[in-house]
Amino acid sequence: MRYLPHTEEEIKTMMARIGVADFSELFPTVSGDCRYEGEMNLPKSHSEWELEAHMHGLGAMTEIGPEYAVLLGAGCYHHNIPSIIPALAGRSEFLTAYTPYQPEMAQGTLQGVFEYQTLTARLLGTDIANASMYDGASALAEALLMALRLRKKKRRVAVSAAVHPHYRAVVDAYFRPTEFEVVVLPYGEDGRTDLTAIDQGEYAAIALQSPNFFGVIEELERAATAIHAGDGLFVACFTEPLSFGLLKNPGSQGADIVCGEGQSLGISRSFGGPGLGMFGCRQEFVRSMPGRLVGETVDLDGKRGFVLTLSTREQHIRREKATSNICSNQGINTITAAMYMAALGGSGMRRLARLNYDKAEYMKNALIDAGARLLFAAPTFNEFVFEFPGDFNITYRNLLEKKIVAGLDLGRYYPELSGKFLLCVTETTSKEVIDRVAEEVRS
Amino acid sequence: MKDAPGTSGLILEEPLLWEKGKKGRCGMSIPESDVPPAALADELVGAEPDFPDLSEIDVVRHYTRLSTWNFGVDTGMYPLGSCTMKYNPKVNEKQAAAPAMATVHPLLPLEHCQGTLKLMYLLQKHLAAITGMDAVSLQPAAGAHGELAGMLIFSAYHTSRGRTKTKILIPDTAHGTNPASAALCGYKPVKVASGRRGILEAQEIRALMDEETAGIMITNPNTLGLFEENIREIADIIHENDGLVYCDGANMNAIMGVVDLKKCGVDVLHLNLHKTFSTPHGGGGPGAGPVCVVESLEKFLPVPRIDFDGSSYVLREEVEGSIGRIHGFFGNFGVLVRAYSYILSMGAANLKKASQYAVLNACYIKERLKGHLHLAYNRPCMHEAVFSDKHQQNQKVTTLDIAKRLMDCGYHPPTIYFPLVVPGAIMIEPTESECLEDLDRFVEVVKAIVAEAGNDPEKLRSSPTRFKIRRLDETRAARNPCLRG
Repeated sequence: MRYLPHTEEEIKTMMARIGVADFSELFPTVSGDCRYEGEMNLPKSHSEWELEAHMHGLGAMTEIGPEYAVLLGAGCYHHNIPSIIPALAGRSEFLTAYTPYQPEMAQGTLQGVFEYQTLTARLLGTDIANASMYDGASALAEALLMALRLRKKKRRVAVSAAVHPHYRAVVDAYFRPTEFEVVVLPYGEDGRTDLTAIDQGEYAAIALQSPNFFGVIEELERAATAIHAGDGLFVACFTEPLSFGLLKNPGSQGADIVCGEGQSLGISRSFGGPGLGMFGCRQEFVRSMPGRLVGETVDLDGKRGFVLTLSTREQHIRREKATSNICSNQGINTITAAMYMAALGGSGMRRLARLNYDKAEYMKNALIDAGARLLFAAPTFNEFVFEFPGDFNITYRNLLEKKIVAGLDLGRYYPELSGKFLLCVTETTSKEVIDRVAEEVRS
Repeated sequence: MKDAPGTSGLILEEPLLWEKGKKGRCGMSIPESDVPPAALADELVGAEPDFPDLSEIDVVRHYTRLSTWNFGVDTGMYPLGSCTMKYNPKVNEKQAAAPAMATVHPLLPLEHCQGTLKLMYLLQKHLAAITGMDAVSLQPAAGAHGELAGMLIFSAYHTSRGRTKTKILIPDTAHGTNPASAALCGYKPVKVASGRRGILEAQEIRALMDEETAGIMITNPNTLGLFEENIREIADIIHENDGLVYCDGANMNAIMGVVDLKKCGVDVLHLNLHKTFSTPHGGGGPGAGPVCVVESLEKFLPVPRIDFDGSSYVLREEVEGSIGRIHGFFGNFGVLVRAYSYILSMGAANLKKASQYAVLNACYIKERLKGHLHLAYNRPCMHEAVFSDKHQQNQKVTTLDIAKRLMDCGYHPPTIYFPLVVPGAIMIEPTESECLEDLDRFVEVVKAIVAEAGNDPEKLRSSPTRFKIRRLDETRAARNPCLRG
């Protein structure tokens, strides 16, 4: 096997040096009742070419290939990924290194993450950002736990029903063994969160997503005022960070903690993972923040360099009193997102976000013209909800035959929205595809 | 000392991203719009992101130069204890990047994503076969996330039986994440001292285990590189007292095909696919930390569960008793593709060999270095051997100095100052990827450094000298944190 360099002769030499006769003597501390019996039941060893053929077969079972127009978003977005990203992020100096515990020989990773933290903080409008969390969903759960550490006397948090349903499910799982309560805030007729009930609760934090699960842009500034009036912390969540290329970011509108999914920034959809949990907050909260941090410092000669820092918040020092159990970050995906933001630049990000917005508006108008009903009137970014005339399942199937996946039936998450479809449009969706969908709806 | 391969080169300077660029450049191709501009209310519009504008070559050179300041497994030997820095096969990267895997949306109708579901279903089966456990969830995104899933399962299990448990036993050799994960589930960690032999003794567990204790979190092999040989007896004590046994499987690379964890009495186990199953560490992530359980705990696993109904692969979203969802979608699928490819490439016999060779390599290093560095426990080791700087203390040379000097000699240092039970620990895990010549070369370098500690200690204390920067002021970084530019 090409990954195992040992020759028979070497094995003999080494065994002689150690003083064992064969492999059975190499594990003297494993007692008989713990031993693995027989051979592991696994497929036979595949050559590189057999593996290729096998994987090709699995790939072929997924019928919806790259040639399809997939008008699905819901927390996972199809954006163009420039060729430089796989070429650079695939460099094995980045890929095959571990956590930068030895900073002198990991300055590539460390400077890369410092740049990621900087671009993230600038994009989200926060004072600082960490080196990333697992994904948007766990980032939200951690943000709410952090808020409870900052508002020690309070026991409840509230999350908008227009936050991604999977994110809410993750929050529930994280909170289940705790003494804290999670309250769900309803959404209103325009698709925005209904905040009228919040002054009745003593909330440590209130979480809104913008653009929310329906694609609707929330009124974050108004929410911030209301939440702060009750001495709560405002957690702003997101699944589509590209929107901040065009829209006001959450930090500038008063959010205290901003977190969400960064998959849009140059990371492939890959069946939902690995993504990138982006996480930023106010400077004053830095010591309560979960996750790794990279900081700038100098070396013995006064030369600029970067290290992992504020590790007193972390498990290897504080153990059970740590701010979280997270002891890694999304590593290569943070570098990937930074590369993407760097390649786009500020003006490119604005242009691309605008293009996404324009295409979505074009599709909304085209569908309205075709007789469909836009469910929520509030402004949206690149997703929106429609109700179609007649049985849309037939239209959906017809479109599928034309290699178009026409969105997501919301009934699985919101029974009251059964038969209403969440659609997503990005720069990858051509006008031609949009027109074809509209035409199918009309007929 | 003679120059080792890979110890000298050209060091290129490179500024921070925002110290480069010029407004109006763009490094990415943005399609021309084929739709009319739409109306947009002014009050929604924010300032343009404050990013530098760079051309494509600017970005390419920036990251290429940064990459040259890094050291990875592909650069050289990386014997970082407890991290299993084995070779990351290139063919696995190719599979994960294939469009049929990389472009699949996680919310497609199930009949249209059978390939990705089948891969996950089979990987679950394979991991069960390798560990001896009965059921597997691939959802946890990292080792610590797997621990959290495990502790949520503990909590759900005890709650389902109407019991409230407040404590959990955690050995002093555990990873720091173990107590942190347990604390998230409301368990107060009770520290268990490892015995004179570096392993847990059954009587210690018997004395600490009671009705308020949810169970134990054991790392096996432990972080001293020793197999917890009393695990079967310890598991019996825990089970007799209504508790569960969690095993941190971070060190699974030592025992594939050798140890059956279910037979050891383990109820819940997590694996690190980025360690044992060869997926790249990526400078800190992403990894994957599948959680494996015995049959009686299967219903507590995270949802959705991936199943086969006899004709197609399906998701079970609602399972009575489940801890719920812990990831936005299915976990780190791209990492799963790599681990699956590795398991298929290896097959059962080679996976067992990998464990045998990993242990053989560690035992060899232990034998060859034990006369030179202080060996913490002179007992049969598994995949790693723990030394310390005890012999160097009178030379005023520390573990850190030895580590930094190793860097100048072309090696990534071992894990240092961990586990905490060994002061000045030097934890060496060579993995099965290194051949005898490479191990011998490493041993000779360490011996030379030990000699230098006696005759030229300043050389160690002023290391490293061959990198872009010298030792960094970590105190300053923490005192006045500068976390962004």
